[in-house]
Amino acid sequence: MANTQAMCTSFMQELMTATHNFTTGTGDSFKGALYLASATVNASTTAYSVTGEVSGAGYTAGGVAVTNGTSPQSTNASATAGVAYWTPSASITYTSVTLATAFDAVLIYNSSKSDKAVSVHTFGSQTVTAGTFTLTMPTNDTTNALIRLATT
Amino acid sequence: MALVTTTKGEMDESLLEKKEGFVDNDNEYTTWVEYWLAGELVHRSAHVTLKKTVTLSAEAASFN
Repeated sequence: MANTQAMCTSFMQELMTATHNFTTGTGDSFKGALYLASATVNASTTAYSVTGEVSGAGYTAGGVAVTNGTSPQSTNASATAGVAYWTPSASITYTSVTLATAFDAVLIYNSSKSDKAVSVHTFGSQTVTAGTFTLTMPTNDTTNALIRLATT
Repeated sequence: MALVTTTKGEMDESLLEKKEGFVDNDNEYTTWVEYWLAGELVHRSAHVTLKKTVTLSAEAASFN
């Protein structure tokens, strides 16, 4: 089993049914949950589940809130192409935790909408001992944003 | 005197062995720090900067 970085397929469908609202302030709330390296979260993940999630001192099942200080933005590159994008406005931080079993993925999900999955992001396996785990976000622009919807 | 949170409570950094490292590849830039006491890991923190985006590609079909 392994985790795979991906945009969740169900999320793409749910965009077409106006399920998710990333608007700052008035939109939905999103969270980030960490998953063991032995878990299987990927494009087929439809919602947050405790199965395969990390556990340990200081970590609450479901993970932590994702800070959404910037609403999604969009830019047209040409008459036929453009990009819409969104990135959490702050690092996702798990403070004072002990996570002894290796983990390598974070699932971003919509805690306002039945914990529906958004995306999976992977990194090299980590453990944390009486410490802090921080996920720093990429630059929120057309090429680097954490989540991009693009036409070419 | 810098204090470090450890499995044994707050400890003076000078009493501990410090190890640091990093990973830099296409997907991430990660740094980590460990503190050891007499061969025992008593603190480990990691800081991951994600580099790779996930992209949804969208298309509009034509009628010709």
